[in-house]
Amino acid sequence: MKNSFKELIKGLIHENPTFVLMLGLCPTLAVSISLINGLGMGVAATFVIIFSNILIAALKDVIPDKVRIPCYIVVIATFVTITELVMKAYFPPLNRALGIYVPLIVVNCIVLGRAEAFASKNKILNSLMDGIGMGIGFTMALLLISGIRELLGSGKLFGYNVFSNFEPMLIIAMPSGALLVIGLLLGFFNFLKGRKA
Amino acid sequence: MNASMFLTIFISAVFINNVILSRFLGLCSFIAISKETRPALAMSLAVMFVTTMSSIITWLIYRFLLIPFNMAYLRTISFILVIATFVQLVEMIIRKFAPALYRFFGIYLPLITVNCAVLGVAVLNSDMFFTADGKSMSGGFLYAAFQGICVGLGYTLAMLLMSAIRERLELCNVPKALKDFPLGFIIASIMSMAFMGFNGFRI
Repeated sequence: MKNSFKELIKGLIHENPTFVLMLGLCPTLAVSISLINGLGMGVAATFVIIFSNILIAALKDVIPDKVRIPCYIVVIATFVTITELVMKAYFPPLNRALGIYVPLIVVNCIVLGRAEAFASKNKILNSLMDGIGMGIGFTMALLLISGIRELLGSGKLFGYNVFSNFEPMLIIAMPSGALLVIGLLLGFFNFLKGRKA
Repeated sequence: MNASMFLTIFISAVFINNVILSRFLGLCSFIAISKETRPALAMSLAVMFVTTMSSIITWLIYRFLLIPFNMAYLRTISFILVIATFVQLVEMIIRKFAPALYRFFGIYLPLITVNCAVLGVAVLNSDMFFTADGKSMSGGFLYAAFQGICVGLGYTLAMLLMSAIRERLELCNVPKALKDFPLGFIIASIMSMAFMGFNGFRI
């Protein structure tokens, strides 16, 4: 039990998929304009990571080694399609905002990376924990980036005005702002790590 | 179908909506492989080839298999499977018939399977060149193939610019915390700002 708890925790900070492993950056940058979008993408990706981790861990003895990557991709694509259909049916505005980045969860390196590096070698319970941890870590990173971008780029948080008198920095809401924010955040984390060491 | 549409697709895919700098597709490979010009070029050419071919194949599948049988919801699964198979096939063919080219592409060819730009352009094609009720636009096939080429060109452009800058950066004295990836993102951000200038184009 203690062991699986460790698997849960590591995805949050030590092996945070976005800032430490540097996986799945494309959707992170593209959808992080507002907190709602970031949260939606985070939850969708978490769902896919958890369930594909479970299924792949369960099937690992059945899947032949040589064709494992296509097998993983089929499993992942199935869960992505489920997510896509659910989102289209129940959250159409979110689906429009996320656009092509929903089907692109298939090629999000986090999902395939966890399948290959973890779920294919571990038991179901540990893979479940790993999936939950990585999913929450990814969502946290998305919320951090999209929070900064929404606050500076449009002066709002979750769509509500925060400042009474504030000229939003439009550039932060643009694509180049996303790259700038993540570059500076990575630099900041490196700086913290350098000081600790 | 008209000729000006091709110009629109070209300018939009290469400059205005550059795959990397404004759509963020294929960003992982962009940051990871842009340290030197030669591998960057190899990767770009491989991507351009695969985006073009997979645009063609996925358009055909969408038009003649998925839509007639009412299976458009299987788009994601079928596209990614086709792309993965196709990349594997290309790798085998190149290894057999053009060993020199195979050595030039190296590990980059298999990596392309998980490059979001390839699936991205396939999904984009099926969104852009089909009407909501699943009818194909006239000339949609040519548009889709051309968009595949242009997305590859846009990728190549961003990749070459970035690798040229980073080759010079190797010699510079930068703050330790910003070395490598953080600085790569900040440069990409400035490049993306420059590309925003193309937004003014009204076609």
